[in-house]
Amino acid sequence: MNKGLAIGNNKVNLLPFSGWMVVFVLVPIALVVYYAFTDVDGFTLENLKWVGTYGKTLWLSVVLAFYATAICLLLAYPIAYSMSRASARVQRNATLIIMLPMWMNFLVRTYAWMTLLEDTGLINSALRAIFGMDFPGLRLINNHGAIVLGMVYNYLPYMILPIYTSMTKIGTSLIEAARDLGANGAQVLGRVILPLSVPGIISGITMVFIPSISTFIISKILGGGKDYLIGDLIEDYFLGNSGVVNYNIGAALSLTIMVMILAATFIMNHFDKDASTSGGGVI
Amino acid sequence: MKRRITALLLLAAMLAGLCACGGPGMNDTVLNVYNWGEYIDLDVLDTFTEETGIRVNYTTYASNEEMYAKIVSGAASYDVIIPSEYMISKMIGEDLLAPLNFENIPNYALIGDAYKGLDYDPENTYSVPYTWGTVVIVYNTKYVDEADVADESIELLWNEKYAGKILMFDNPRDAFALAHSKLGHSMNTQDPAEWEAAADELIKQKPLVQAYVMDQVFDKMISEEAYVAPYYAGDAITMMDENEDLAAYVPVEGANQFFDSMCVLKGSKHQAEAEAFINFMCRTDIAVLNAEEVCYAIPQVEAFNELDEETREDTMVYPPEEVLAKCEVFVDLPPETLLLQSELWTKTKTSYLLIAPENAIYVRENSMFLLYAHIPTRIVFEEVLFVTLFGIFASFIASFFASRGMAKLTVAEVLRND
Repeated sequence: MNKGLAIGNNKVNLLPFSGWMVVFVLVPIALVVYYAFTDVDGFTLENLKWVGTYGKTLWLSVVLAFYATAICLLLAYPIAYSMSRASARVQRNATLIIMLPMWMNFLVRTYAWMTLLEDTGLINSALRAIFGMDFPGLRLINNHGAIVLGMVYNYLPYMILPIYTSMTKIGTSLIEAARDLGANGAQVLGRVILPLSVPGIISGITMVFIPSISTFIISKILGGGKDYLIGDLIEDYFLGNSGVVNYNIGAALSLTIMVMILAATFIMNHFDKDASTSGGGVI
Repeated sequence: MKRRITALLLLAAMLAGLCACGGPGMNDTVLNVYNWGEYIDLDVLDTFTEETGIRVNYTTYASNEEMYAKIVSGAASYDVIIPSEYMISKMIGEDLLAPLNFENIPNYALIGDAYKGLDYDPENTYSVPYTWGTVVIVYNTKYVDEADVADESIELLWNEKYAGKILMFDNPRDAFALAHSKLGHSMNTQDPAEWEAAADELIKQKPLVQAYVMDQVFDKMISEEAYVAPYYAGDAITMMDENEDLAAYVPVEGANQFFDSMCVLKGSKHQAEAEAFINFMCRTDIAVLNAEEVCYAIPQVEAFNELDEETREDTMVYPPEEVLAKCEVFVDLPPETLLLQSELWTKTKTSYLLIAPENAIYVRENSMFLLYAHIPTRIVFEEVLFVTLFGIFASFIASFFASRGMAKLTVAEVLRND
């Protein structure tokens, strides 16, 4: 790094952020680790053994988060592409529209889906009014599909924006060059655009997968509280909803998710090795 | 030590509390009252401040467990709390409650003798009863056949005819109590076999359950999204006021009878003011206002006599002796039973009775820990279908936009080339 380019002393510049990180990130993580490996008697591995008994719940969380992430990617990629190729005005407005729902409270948005999806909700009532008959088999809420829908709806912007950012950095000249050299649409997409947008895809996946795997309120509201996700379990252990308050098991569960996410990020960054020099991701 | 660490982490919450205490007022004393949600006539608090000059910082919780977790975490300090009986005995056992000075609570004399010296606080040293009630089963007369409710049984919650239209408590203590009553157990049983049997009942019921809810029950019952739900008597009346087709009964098998009582936390800096507040809440005119607002049964005899006749004779609020004889009051369960309850509740919540064993897929041992899972067929078929259809639909829309984007690109290219 060229020292002449730095404004002020870098160490001093970083001080507020470092302070923030230590107090609100490092210390809490240290506490989670401390709680995960102790109980009233001191060091123990019992808590992690407990985590093993929740394999099913962990698996369900992973599966649902995976679906949500995949659908988000499927949805976001074409949108981000079209946006990045549109005029500056369209880009501005599109970004605004994508961000718009996030101005509303997360809980309110999720509750709104409840009133849409219920048997007596808007969608079913509309269908009933149009076709003049009941659709008793059409259960839109209180199942896994509804949970995934809630995740997709809430986290889609986190997928679109990083991909969009990385795509705006792909110069039109690159695409023109590819076309000049005889590449068709699919080849341009596969050989030029896709590889160059990998950093954005990776940030997007991370930013959707992480909140999806740890959500607890979506499963409660849209899943009818019928299936525990790992986030519900952690909430239960900290708030004692199921009659037992146990920070240690709660911390062990949190630690497990953290390790899983860390591992996933590590693997994904491996893919990113070549592309990372081109930058463009949010994270 | 642990408490101190937690307190540090919840600095923000503490600061908020401090701000609330720091504001100007006619009296420096601020009484922190922590009560169930929608469980008081809020105007009463203003009356209290007008009369005594003591300001009230009023906050609410949704369950005994939530209240307890908040108090033991040390994140906030409260003076007056209104827990249910089993939580009171637990808190007495853990030395969290302060003995009351009844000289400051003369209105205690107005509480009926039937509500004094109950098991959870035998000497009545720590608590003054506020309201009581039972769990009832609410149903919609428009959709539920009369024949199915004629016997006023708990079985209605397990009736397959109403599959997908039944709601259930989203808290293990109440949910297990219903299952225990159905099987004829005591809801305070400590026999693991009986708990296992009750869990089997809940698992059997799960495919019929639309959702496990607490406060959402109001919305879902009033909008007729669900037809059958167990809930607390006073709240059931609130629902019935909103939707005339709703009715309710106390099940013949017996139900949980609860007493919510006012207590003062140990270490409260305003014990005398807290006692003044409790005394105020027991005053006849105030008790009447609260009773009319919350619709629960009240133990204050003079206030009861002032209620209108319709309320006094409502057998759902004030069930007759023979029904009450079958009802049971929760006692504080020992830790090992609570742990079992928590385990079985998680088992219920993570069970998929609908899968046939041959359809279960086993994920093999994972290096990190034993990851053993059934993938329920429900995920594999019905819901993947939904998710996939949604995905296809979404990608159609997406590709439509994408193609338009492509078109724009070529136009732009053409223009530039020109």
